[in-house]
Amino acid sequence: MSVSVTANSRRDAAARRAVGRRIVKKFWVYVGLTAGALFAGLPVLWMLSSSFKSNSAIFEYPPKLIDSTFSLSAYRAVLSSSQSLRFFLNSYVIALSVTALTLIVALHTAYAFSRYRFRLKGVLNVIIIGSQAVPPVALLIPYFGLMVSLHLYNSYQGLILTYIILTLPYAIIMMTAYIDGLPRELDEAAKMDGARPLTTLWRVLVPICGPGLVSTGLYTFMISWNEYLFALTLTQTNNMRTVPVGIQLLMGENNFQWNQVMAISILGCIPVLVLFLIFQRHFIQGLASGAVKS
Amino acid sequence: MERLTPYALITPTTLLVIGLIIVPIVIVIGYSLMDNVIVDHNPHFVGLKNYWSILSSNNFWVAVRNTSIFTGGSVVVHLVLGMGFAMLLNTKLVSPVARTLYRVIYVLPWVFTASIVAVLWRLLLDPNGVINYLLQSTGIVHNAVTWLGGTSTALISVTAINIWGGYPFFMISLLAGLQRIPTDLYEAATVDGAKPVKQFLHVTLPQLRPIIFAMCLLDLLWTTQQFTLIWATTGGGPINYTEVLSTFTYRIAFNNYEFSLASASAVIVLIASVVVAVFYVRQLQRARES
Repeated sequence: MSVSVTANSRRDAAARRAVGRRIVKKFWVYVGLTAGALFAGLPVLWMLSSSFKSNSAIFEYPPKLIDSTFSLSAYRAVLSSSQSLRFFLNSYVIALSVTALTLIVALHTAYAFSRYRFRLKGVLNVIIIGSQAVPPVALLIPYFGLMVSLHLYNSYQGLILTYIILTLPYAIIMMTAYIDGLPRELDEAAKMDGARPLTTLWRVLVPICGPGLVSTGLYTFMISWNEYLFALTLTQTNNMRTVPVGIQLLMGENNFQWNQVMAISILGCIPVLVLFLIFQRHFIQGLASGAVKS
Repeated sequence: MERLTPYALITPTTLLVIGLIIVPIVIVIGYSLMDNVIVDHNPHFVGLKNYWSILSSNNFWVAVRNTSIFTGGSVVVHLVLGMGFAMLLNTKLVSPVARTLYRVIYVLPWVFTASIVAVLWRLLLDPNGVINYLLQSTGIVHNAVTWLGGTSTALISVTAINIWGGYPFFMISLLAGLQRIPTDLYEAATVDGAKPVKQFLHVTLPQLRPIIFAMCLLDLLWTTQQFTLIWATTGGGPINYTEVLSTFTYRIAFNNYEFSLASASAVIVLIASVVVAVFYVRQLQRARES
């Protein structure tokens, strides 16, 4: 009797210790997670806070997260400036066109890569993977010469063409990984029924390609919305500038307004942030499967 | 007809690749062997003269050194932070809701483009900015530090900014990799009495090795090519203390209009990138075979 009581209490003590260890471990995991969240989030919070201050309060002493000058006036100033709105219009036109065109081209190429054997496949595959090692600055100088001689300098078309080639290689890799994961029986059944290849692609595969198209499209949109180097070099007049270049233009002005720069930065990251939050699960899987395959 | 189908499907990509990758690379190599291209309508062939000018320029080697420090520091810390955060997010001790919330916060820096990251950190690191305020009020430093303007702090500062903006890509990919590791591997290790550190070294790391290789390669290539962040924070300065190969090349081309010299510099960078990529792909294949 007494023996089993001590055995029980020993087991209880061991169980309590295990629970205690788990709580301690959980505590430290939360400490680590919160430290990381402060590292990642505080700078962003400060940007948001500064966009609501008056310009004279930006470097106030001591700094406050929310101060008495809290207002939407910086946003109002950005949204009522026709130049800023033009930056946004340019960015939208370019990023949306690039996304649509890259998706169409990548889809057809990925379909060929996934479902056909052909002689150029190996070579093209090497070029597509290898093109990711080509430094943008190496393409920049010949593009500048080409765009000037083709009269595409300082135009939407010039930038759209440039961004298609920047985004296409990884878009093809992501789409191929996605189509590889779809059962071949589907398109073989369609072929038995006498469907042409393009009909098979558009009627059978595209309707079930949603997640792959979403993650590839989001990747393409993000790259083209964020690009700076080519936008800086291949445009000349302020009415052709995109948001990332426009922000630097504002910073370069004499007596620039910090609060307006922060407000346009917040507005400039909203499209990507919203798309990312909605589609993050698809996106992360798509990016990862592309990266592992390549 | 059936045999021609794949060729029809890849035609747009093939044309784009030839017109916008292969032809431009041939053009830039051609430019690098001539003098005064673009500016002068009748440039002459000058052989490797531009390459000697670049390779014997002191600024080029300063840019090589800065690029190496910037890239090395960024890739190593990206990997360490990305791994640490991915493992914290992957523990079963945290509730799913908290995990999602933390993940969204952790990914935030990545949603901001380099141009925005640059203005944000110029605000934070300003001599009158909030970081100097915190350091001064806690007594860590006495006088405000000109982080981006000082010769001894500028390169460290831009590297730190790049670390902040780039670790989420590692974290996301490693997290996806961690979630794919079969749990029975850990169960078997626990049965064998392996402690967490041993489990990490003998289960987690080997399972993640292909992803770590791929991420490090991509990050190495992207970071050596980083232009925007440096151009928009320090512009390569003070003097040339943060000059990297991309800003060095850009400056020669679009500030000095010496397109031939810039092309030679760009080709050198291109060759170095291709060598790194080929070397890395070889290593990756060897790692997969063994």
